[in-house]
Amino acid sequence: MNQPAPLTWRVATVAEKRPETSSATTLVFDVPDWPGHLAGQHVDVRLTAEDGYQAQRSYSIASSPEDRGRIALTIERLDDGEVSPYLVDEARIGDQVELRGPIGGYFVWDVDMADPLLLVAGGSGISPLMAMLRHRAARSSMIPARLLYSARSYEDLIYRAELDRLAAAGDGLETFLTLTRSRPPSWTGFGRRVDREMLAEVAWRPERRQLAFICGPTPFVEAAAGHLVELGHEAARVKTERFGPTGG
Amino acid sequence: MDETQLRLDGNACGGLLHEIFATDLTAARCACSTCGAVGQVGGQHLYGYPDGPGAVLRCSDCDGLLLVLVHTVDRHRLAMPGLVWVDVEGLS
Repeated sequence: MNQPAPLTWRVATVAEKRPETSSATTLVFDVPDWPGHLAGQHVDVRLTAEDGYQAQRSYSIASSPEDRGRIALTIERLDDGEVSPYLVDEARIGDQVELRGPIGGYFVWDVDMADPLLLVAGGSGISPLMAMLRHRAARSSMIPARLLYSARSYEDLIYRAELDRLAAAGDGLETFLTLTRSRPPSWTGFGRRVDREMLAEVAWRPERRQLAFICGPTPFVEAAAGHLVELGHEAARVKTERFGPTGG
Repeated sequence: MDETQLRLDGNACGGLLHEIFATDLTAARCACSTCGAVGQVGGQHLYGYPDGPGAVLRCSDCDGLLLVLVHTVDRHRLAMPGLVWVDVEGLS
């Protein structure tokens, strides 16, 4: 994976498009000669306008490494974005974009890493963590894993049905949801922003030497990572993927 | 807005670094010349990317300047004033 090789731009074709929430959409791309990826890696997507102007953004891969030849990106539409409005609103099946990857050896997880796993997601930060959970399920891994996922409302939870299925499999995955703005009447999950007490409740005990992956908007990630370190978790085992001020 | 609310992780400029190093640099360990901290390139703080003309990496421990990469259509300029070393594994 680390052999010197240029990172080439490939022409990817939109093969599938499915809305996840009112603002997030999953696009599945056919990528010729896709070399495969690790859960947690991302791609750079480049759009070129007719006048030659180019805009580029990085998106985490949401699909499992076991899905060969195709990659899924779940994209949150940002009103002032240069790339996401096109991908979410305009792109049609058969349309082509330029894409390069997979990129990154830092925020990656593989079932061979045997330590208990803690995943913490804010909003569309669930995307690379979903690749990890899909990879874990595809390999029938029993590695103890906990997911803490924060969204504004029930309707804003991405992959809701799939997460319910994964958590019901009885293979050692526990999911914890928190809704920060509005909650259904019968809600039994958390109902506040991720804080130190919540992480103390959800995280593994420090002596279990968990591997933590946190992804979401920058303020969310910084707060969660800070709490984990304060709770006694080793900073080098708290991996972060910041999305910037608003995410996406 | 506080600039720290805009920063990303070094991981996000993995593609840009790959253009110069022809290998993944995000998993490589590096040492900060300001404070001596050792960490992975992908875990350092990233500023100015992708909206600026390049990328600025600062130490996630002390905020010391590690690396500045500026690119235009036909050139890349790389400055690494705050890196004592970078340790890349797995090259043959």
